Amino acid sequence: MSPRLLRRYQDGERMSHWLVALTFVLAALSGLALFHPSLFFLTVPFGGGQWSRFLHPLLGILMTLGFLVLFVKLWRDNRITPADREWRKHALRMLRGDKAGMPPVGKYNYAQKVVFWVMVWSLLALLVTGLLLWRPWIAPLLPIDVLRAAVLLHAVSAVVLIAVVIMHVYAVIWVKGTSRAMTRGTVTESWAKLNHPQWHQEVTKGR
Amino acid sequence: MSTLQSLDVLARSATTVPTPQVRTRAPEVAKLIDESKCIGCKACQVACMSWNDLRDEVGDNVGVFDNPTNLTPKSWTVMRFFEVEPEPGGFEWLIRKDGCFHCEDPGCLKACPAPGAIVKYANGIVDFISEHCIGCGYCVKGCPFDIPRISATDNKAYKCTLCSDRVAVGREPACVKTCPTGAISFGTKAEMVAYGEQRAGELQERGYQHAGLYNPEGVGGTHVMYVLKHADQPTMVGLPAVAAISPMVAVWKGVAKPLAVAGMVGAFVAGFFHYMKVGPIEDKADGAADDQPVKEDAR
Repeated sequence: MSPRLLRRYQDGERMSHWLVALTFVLAALSGLALFHPSLFFLTVPFGGGQWSRFLHPLLGILMTLGFLVLFVKLWRDNRITPADREWRKHALRMLRGDKAGMPPVGKYNYAQKVVFWVMVWSLLALLVTGLLLWRPWIAPLLPIDVLRAAVLLHAVSAVVLIAVVIMHVYAVIWVKGTSRAMTRGTVTESWAKLNHPQWHQEVTKGR
Repeated sequence: MSTLQSLDVLARSATTVPTPQVRTRAPEVAKLIDESKCIGCKACQVACMSWNDLRDEVGDNVGVFDNPTNLTPKSWTVMRFFEVEPEPGGFEWLIRKDGCFHCEDPGCLKACPAPGAIVKYANGIVDFISEHCIGCGYCVKGCPFDIPRISATDNKAYKCTLCSDRVAVGREPACVKTCPTGAISFGTKAEMVAYGEQRAGELQERGYQHAGLYNPEGVGGTHVMYVLKHADQPTMVGLPAVAAISPMVAVWKGVAKPLAVAGMVGAFVAGFFHYMKVGPIEDKADGAADDQPVKEDAR
């Protein structure tokens, strides 16, 4: 008997997610290449330094456009509620793998919501500073200290975003059965009961 | 300039291994520009475009002598003219030949992400190896003196080379050779510092009490120095009040690099070990084996 499946993401959400994921990887690699000398070799798959420098802003803009769609579709579900505070108190227990002691959560738990908002703010910072730094279009028009502040903030936001994405991907590897939410759009009912019991109740109401 | 396999490279941009420096006996050189001897004839600009074979666009006269009005990818030195009043009623016309300072601690080289696009030779010259340049503009952000210019045609940064090709074969830079009043001199750094201090002393005797040598310590000293009539007010001739690499650039290209790499690698390692210690969260109904350990094994 195959397990009953529940729809977690619509195709539009999934396709924007994967557009963001692909462009994020490419933007991150081409950006890291110019951030640390030991990572300059990452320019090779892009066709060298000039190509990386040229492609990076375009990839970044594609990524933020894709994320804009995700944001519009998902921000309501990611509002932090008083119930999240209870979950936060028990977050260390969750990290030790003790799932049983966690308060029941809806579509997203507190950590997922934090990941969402850190992504929102770091992407916004990356977009604004990235536009300011865009050669040869915008950067030449700006005072040098604005550019220096922008380049520093761009690097800091990028590192924050990359660290959060590593956590995001790890969580998918850690919590088995999660990845199909994005690859197939559905999750098993037992996954939903275990990880998002309130959401499970909501979507199975009246069935 | 293209590299001439000089084997005397003391620093190379975005490079974490030693540079070729088997031939480092070359003395440190410097150019000294004496503001008090400059007549603003622009022969140095002509000599620069002649030796380097550069032909900038012919611009417009904007009502002052500055022409071109700024450094460009094809104008590596320009005379800047200043009408100033150091003391009330004491009008002065000051002329400064602008161009790369060839810093001992070059901000452009510190900021550059492209390996070998900027090098510093043993003689102190900071040179752009343009075929390695990727056109990102980081050198512009690193430079305390607003010198590098990026070409809209080829997306490469350009600036004064201190005629590294001439100096490499024992000649003085083209601007020095041309200057009709001897306002530009060239020699070892030590000679030029001594000569600049002597000139500043002479100017002080003649009433320019704040005359001095401009060799800013904030960038470790420079290989292009000025004798300024008013060294106490460098901003009067368009020089920065504090000539040093911006703290924002220093953080970005200093402590931020190892911290960020440690953070990102740390996130990977932490995830890996977390998984190995704690194991996955999974539901038995999804086909996971019952791997509850025997009690004494659970540590």
